[in-house]
Amino acid sequence: MYATRPTLARDLAIAAAALVILLLLPYVWPSRMVNDLVIRVSAFALFATSLNLLVGYTGMVSFGHGMFFGFGAYAFGLSMQKLGTSIPTAFVITIVTSACLGLVVGAISIRLKDIYFSFITLAFQMLLYSLIIAWVPLTGGDQGLMGGIPRPPFWGVDLSQESHRYVCAVTLLVIGLLILRQIVESPFGYTLRMIRDNTERASFLGINVFRAKLTAFVIAGIFGSIGGMVMALFVSGAYPEFVNWTMSGEGIFMIMLGGLSTFIGPAAGALILSLLNDVITRGTEHHGLVLGGVILLFALGLRKGVTDFIADWFRQRREAASRSGS
Amino acid sequence: MNLAALMDCLTSTSCLVTQTTSALIIGMLLFLVAAGLTLIFGVLKVVNFTHGSFYMMGAYLALTVNNLTDSYFLAVVAAAAGVGLFALVFERFFMSKVYGSNVLMQLLVCYAFILILDDAVKIIWGPEFKSMGMATAFQKPPLFIAGGIVPVFYLFLIVVTLIISVALWLIITRTKFGTIVRAAAVNPSMVSALGINTGLVYSGVFVLGGALAGLAGGLAAPVRSLTAGMGFSILIESFIVTVIGGMGSIAGALIGSVLIGLVRAFGTIGFPLFVEGLMFLLMAVILILKPSGLLGKEG
Repeated sequence: MYATRPTLARDLAIAAAALVILLLLPYVWPSRMVNDLVIRVSAFALFATSLNLLVGYTGMVSFGHGMFFGFGAYAFGLSMQKLGTSIPTAFVITIVTSACLGLVVGAISIRLKDIYFSFITLAFQMLLYSLIIAWVPLTGGDQGLMGGIPRPPFWGVDLSQESHRYVCAVTLLVIGLLILRQIVESPFGYTLRMIRDNTERASFLGINVFRAKLTAFVIAGIFGSIGGMVMALFVSGAYPEFVNWTMSGEGIFMIMLGGLSTFIGPAAGALILSLLNDVITRGTEHHGLVLGGVILLFALGLRKGVTDFIADWFRQRREAASRSGS
Repeated sequence: MNLAALMDCLTSTSCLVTQTTSALIIGMLLFLVAAGLTLIFGVLKVVNFTHGSFYMMGAYLALTVNNLTDSYFLAVVAAAAGVGLFALVFERFFMSKVYGSNVLMQLLVCYAFILILDDAVKIIWGPEFKSMGMATAFQKPPLFIAGGIVPVFYLFLIVVTLIISVALWLIITRTKFGTIVRAAAVNPSMVSALGINTGLVYSGVFVLGGALAGLAGGLAAPVRSLTAGMGFSILIESFIVTVIGGMGSIAGALIGSVLIGLVRAFGTIGFPLFVEGLMFLLMAVILILKPSGLLGKEG
């Protein structure tokens, strides 16, 4: 299936090209709306791609990935508000704390199989949600983190400016995806695929399945929380909706919409769903009715993600070419 | 947190009686929903995320029929029958198309229906909270049991749900349909090879589960405020119940429902803001101690 293994050099070239295009976009198409959309999609793309490391690559269907998105947003916002640290310090604090959260939740959840794993991750997410709602003095309860997140300048970057925020978001997106790409293409990434396809065989070959799954869970948690931080910076706050179950539901829909068999699929799904949500919100009051209809059409009609179709098309062309060649 | 209030309640019989009856009605209504959910999972291996919306539909149907006919009995029957019918359509035309595909596709179909039904309820009945009020037949002074106040309707609820639970148990263990259902849960291809139409069995299970959820909605309508989001909260609670009891086990669902009812009724006094959290905590603890739930099969 994989004719040539993609190399680091190729990935770097693609990442650099993507970064240049995204950075030039505001000059080519100067629009506040487009800017906002790109920042939001960056947050969701990191979230969905990290979720796919679990769902698509390891076969661990987590229903609670929104926990990390929300935790990232709250941890970042709280370290800025209460500790008064600089943005890079808050960034590091959030990554370390989400890794710890991932370690604890993962160590408990991974012991459970299949649907039980899905439910216990959802339970942990809703536990965090209830905590945030209940702990009003710290989190502001259902009103969200009030008073905004301070954004002091660092290293010549001033995130209170829209343009700086944009550059910061797309840079985090591209670097994040590049790292995740290297992880899934590494021997570790192929170990995860083997665990997905045949767990027993993997353990016969001497792989510590538990440790591999836990590592994947922690990595996914870290990148999910980076998505949450991008979101928190963008809206200058954190809201309970980030931790609610709908967040995880949307993440899964993004993966399916974009296609879970390609690396870029979930990010494409994040873009499509964000566009879809914008169009629906602008076009009708009946958001649920229309979005539900679209999801049904997708699940019963298309049944495959957008990038799956593109990948299939390329494969068919290649096969046709090799047939006519031989 | 208010531990003193909780201790006060636990040491006073009147409070104990009031809270225990309230725990029982929460638990028994939850059981009707969770039993359908766990039955569908046990036989079809499908997690029906729309089950909460079935409950919501039941409540709204009962509201309308009760307002039209002023007969609460008719309202409850209509809720069960209407939702059972809807479950049939949902299973035949939508869910059955994704039985073969992965769990994510099933999740998406259900997610779509949750969004659509919530919006449909807002369009038909309006976005504001609705309340049915106590049915005319039950507008009687409450009973006093050991100093605790117990509305007549609560007793009615407990009795009716108990009768239905027994009936359900008889259907599953004593009838031919029940035998086929239990066989289909273990080995569907063998059941099919014996000349039984498994598609029909699957529809039957879905209709039974849907009717139970609709019935629960109809029974809950006089004592709950009706809103478009009510399906999701009961869905989450039924998940907790089925996971605590063990997916596919109806007896487990009963134990889980009563446990959750107790947590809700007494948690409201001790930890008013963290009741939901307590339920998730209970679920997490049970899953850690017994990964397949209290009565779930290993493996």
